[in-house]
Amino acid sequence: MIASVFYFLSFVSIFFAVMVVVSKNPVHSVLYLILTFFSIAGHYLLLNAQFLALVHIVVYAGAIMVLFLFVIMLLNLNAATEPVKSSLMKFAGAIAGGSLMLVLIAVLSKINSIQPAHEVNTQIGLIKNLGKILFTEYNLPFEVASILFLVAMIGTVILAKKNPHTS
Amino acid sequence: MILSIYNFTLLTDKIHSFLSAHMSEEFVLTTELVLIGLLIVTFVAVLAMVLIYTERKVAAYMQLREGPNRVGIYGTGQVVADVLKLVLKEGITPNGADKLMFNLAPYIVLSTCIMALAPIAFGNGLVLWDLNIGVLYITSITSLGVIGILIAGWSSNNKYSMLGAMRSGAQIVSYELSAGLCIISIVVLAGSMQMSEIVNSQADGWWIFKGHLPVIVAFIIFIIAATAELNRAPFDLAEAESELTAGFHTEYSGMKFAMFFLAEYINMFVLCAMAATLFLGGWMPFHIGHWTTFNNVMDYIPSPLWFLGKTFFIIFIIMWFRWTFPRLRVDQLLDLEWKYLLPISMINLLMIALMNILGWHF
Repeated sequence: MIASVFYFLSFVSIFFAVMVVVSKNPVHSVLYLILTFFSIAGHYLLLNAQFLALVHIVVYAGAIMVLFLFVIMLLNLNAATEPVKSSLMKFAGAIAGGSLMLVLIAVLSKINSIQPAHEVNTQIGLIKNLGKILFTEYNLPFEVASILFLVAMIGTVILAKKNPHTS
Repeated sequence: MILSIYNFTLLTDKIHSFLSAHMSEEFVLTTELVLIGLLIVTFVAVLAMVLIYTERKVAAYMQLREGPNRVGIYGTGQVVADVLKLVLKEGITPNGADKLMFNLAPYIVLSTCIMALAPIAFGNGLVLWDLNIGVLYITSITSLGVIGILIAGWSSNNKYSMLGAMRSGAQIVSYELSAGLCIISIVVLAGSMQMSEIVNSQADGWWIFKGHLPVIVAFIIFIIAATAELNRAPFDLAEAESELTAGFHTEYSGMKFAMFFLAEYINMFVLCAMAATLFLGGWMPFHIGHWTTFNNVMDYIPSPLWFLGKTFFIIFIIMWFRWTFPRLRVDQLLDLEWKYLLPISMINLLMIALMNILGWHF
């Protein structure tokens, strides 16, 4: 049961990820990306990490993708404004991408020999355990990350504020 | 304290054991899912009809009119007639529209609303999926509706639709923040994100009574933010008739338009049910201190009635808003959120956290 759900979700996420790259229309790409995020959230659910799954949906599908949609819709991209690339560029791109894929396949072929560093705890994804760990073991990184967010917030406010000398 | 005759866990357990006695495990799961699906579809259809009728009657009485009063008794058949008309209408797809996206958008909007119904506690033990992060689930799922609205506006290939979708997106994304902070403040007090736990934490009094002024402030901010998230007047800039014809659903007709309409009403129900659960105790009956007789009488009212009563009370307030306040301008709308509601709700959250640590609430 779980295995078949896993294979289905993996197929769906890979399929939509390919569609993100293949589709010509940028808005369609963004929508396929949202579907990819959804199937990845499904993977989190399979790992019993409901909180992470929902945070994944709300942050990526809900917030970041809405921002993407905004930008792409406002830019009004279409075939006429797309820059034409020379065949030499396309050739170089294909070779570079192909070699990266070769490296990735070479690395991933050894993945079976990798063992998980910790004992697998299926209850770790629940919000109570996650919160406890975040505020004890990983307190410092957590607080540093929150300071980073605070800096970003203040930065936006300062950028959005009109300069009193120029206006 | 709470009468066991209205505990629905007995009923659901009975159905489950009855099904298990007759079928295999997978079949039981399938049957239960089908049953729940049928229940939800019926509930959604009835709910939308009741809400549309209520809305029209409330609007009419506030404007000293009669409202619908020709079809059926007191005009109750009007909604059925309207739905029939919408079903029979032709759904036109404009020539310049992105066909797939245009036809997909109403389904995205509607399905996100219906998904958000899952963790709502309709009564004692009457909850579809009582997951341990129910509140977060509802907020994250309702926030996805924005994607459907943006797609609808973009794929219509119409300037009005596009502007409406953009306004609606900006509005929902910004008002989500203060709504989320108000929800978190109750999560802090209740100590859980599970809907049933939040309701149980209010057995000795609803949070709006137990939590002093900060919770009342949070309740008011949540109602304002919910109205804005629903794109309802006075925050209905996304479909301001006088400037944008009908906003993001200008090009939609027939059943596809009806789905947006339906989604708006289900969303209204979900957000009001959330407010009722968080602040007004969900299905918990109203109790006053040591008035044992009074409390017992209140216990005899079934829990779903309490829940629906509170929810419809908040829905009535939101409908009341519509005919009380004039529409805001875009800059006023964003000023209200970013300069007033967000700072107030942040400080309010800190106050509630302090209150919870020092144990100042009842």
